[in-house]
Amino acid sequence: MSVLAVRDVWKLYHGRPVLERINAEIGEGSFVAVVGPSGCGKTTFLRMLMSEERPDRGAILLDGLPLPLEPTHDRGVVFQRYSVFPHLTVLGNVVLPLEFARSRRLGKLFGIAKQRAEEEARTMLEDVGLTGAAPLYPAALSGGMQQRLALAQALIRRPRVLLLDEPFSALDPGTRADIHALMKRLWRETQMTIVMVTHDISEAFRLGTRVLVFERPPVQPDGAQGGAVVTHDIKVHERNIDKLQSRRATPTGDGPGAVSVTSRDDLATA
Amino acid sequence: MRLINRHPNPRLARVLTASPFVAVAVVYVIASTIRHAANPDDKLLPTIAQMGAAMWRMAAQQDMESGDYLMLNDTIVSLQRLLLGLGISLAVSFAIGVSVGMIPYLKRLFVPFINAFSMVPPLAILPILFIVAGIGETAKVSLIVLGTAPYMIRDLILRVEELPRPQIIKAQTLGAGDWQIALRVVVPQMLPRLIDSLRLSLGPAWLYLISAEAIAAENGLGYRIFLVRRYFAMDIILPYVAWITLLAFFADLGLRWLQHAAFPWFAGARAQ
Ligand SMILES: Nc1ncnc2c1ncn2[C@@H]1O[C@H](COP(=O)(O)OP(=O)(O)OP(=O)(O)O)[C@@H](O)[C@H]1O
Ligand SMILES: [Mg+2]
Repeated sequence: MSVLAVRDVWKLYHGRPVLERINAEIGEGSFVAVVGPSGCGKTTFLRMLMSEERPDRGAILLDGLPLPLEPTHDRGVVFQRYSVFPHLTVLGNVVLPLEFARSRRLGKLFGIAKQRAEEEARTMLEDVGLTGAAPLYPAALSGGMQQRLALAQALIRRPRVLLLDEPFSALDPGTRADIHALMKRLWRETQMTIVMVTHDISEAFRLGTRVLVFERPPVQPDGAQGGAVVTHDIKVHERNIDKLQSRRATPTGDGPGAVSVTSRDDLATA
Repeated sequence: MRLINRHPNPRLARVLTASPFVAVAVVYVIASTIRHAANPDDKLLPTIAQMGAAMWRMAAQQDMESGDYLMLNDTIVSLQRLLLGLGISLAVSFAIGVSVGMIPYLKRLFVPFINAFSMVPPLAILPILFIVAGIGETAKVSLIVLGTAPYMIRDLILRVEELPRPQIIKAQTLGAGDWQIALRVVVPQMLPRLIDSLRLSLGPAWLYLISAEAIAAENGLGYRIFLVRRYFAMDIILPYVAWITLLAFFADLGLRWLQHAAFPWFAGARAQ
């Protein structure tokens, strides 16, 4: 069964469709990259997956059940910015989710419980290479470090689904390559399901097991424009990507190794 | 080089900072000297020595009637009123600001009301306060609260709303409930902003304090100034004004230091 099922979803803003007839079955452990031109509704799609927006038509199911009406801890998120809490240290930011889980009333742990949570958080920080930065505040971190922190924070409670909105687009290419490797490793280790919006096609194919392409139809002569639909649903076979990358010493893989392109025009016109 | 790119070196910067203060002092001394040369009994611009003598009487000698050190007494009484008023304002505005800023239902219920209420000129309802609360401490403290709380509440609501929406969503995806979000995400980020709000409210708070003391009181810095005005005692009024200014200045400085020391993350976060 798919973890996330998007069934004939429409989203309108001010009466105009932004997304139309979106269908997607997202399987357990898959890494779905969503690409498309600016303004086509990728963020809107992701916001619906995190229950920040509601579809005007259609339904989204999480593990076969209707999506909760508000954000919950089974869907972690990392945004492009504002993803970490400025008033907490790096360590504090990663301990916080554990405190939320273990101290229902105050959201704050003390004594032994706190030490234990901090140990777990340090392990997580080690995983993302931020051990040395533990006592710093986020404002003192570089963009890449902030995003790694955001990942650590989102992952420590092991969400079912991780939703990423252009998480790496503000980073320079070198930093981005590092964080891609990290992302890939974390994804493989946890086997969680990821949906990532990106502007970067190569990033989409390098990381994704599947690439969804959103596109809006051209503007009609009378000025009307339909909402974006999924124009392509491309399966990037994970095993092939892996082979491809292990053959090359440095992963430069811009192109998809072996991809099968399934046009979703049938869906779009259904 | 453009003026906007030219910076004084540290020593010159200090000289620049000091010069307006020095200038005012020098101008005063000159003006006072000129007036006293013309009329030795001039009361308008007392000399430094006269003011010093007056302050010695007020600060270091017991009052003949009450046995109090008047200036010390006035200062303590006024600061008590000020702190009590600001403390109440702070507590009220923090509780209301955070909860209304976070909860849409409360926003609907209170924001328009608070906005309307904050337009009431506090001094205009001072008579009502005197009628309802008598001319004791309650009325004076209430005036400070009414004068400062509406602004602080509105300011805090805005600050809460200003928190980036993604942060609040993020907290929810980390499993936080209402209380947890309030206690761990919103409140800690509002505390340093509350200090900003308090700093800006110090001026109005002194204004309302002195107004209330001028109208009905038996002691306090504002009372004293308005009392000795009857005798044209500029030698007391001017040092009192300087003293009030100094107190306000150090309160502001102290708050700035507190913000810096207690919330080391705030400067960096604000810069981003
Ligand atoms: N809250 C909103 N109210 C009204 N219109 C909105 C709202 N949010 C998004 N839109 C509109 O919906 C469309 C899609 O926006 P969205 O942010 O999802 O695009 P995007 O694909 O994420 O773009 P980008 O790649 O630039 O981030 C845009 O035309 C935008 O103007
Ligand atoms: Mg977007």
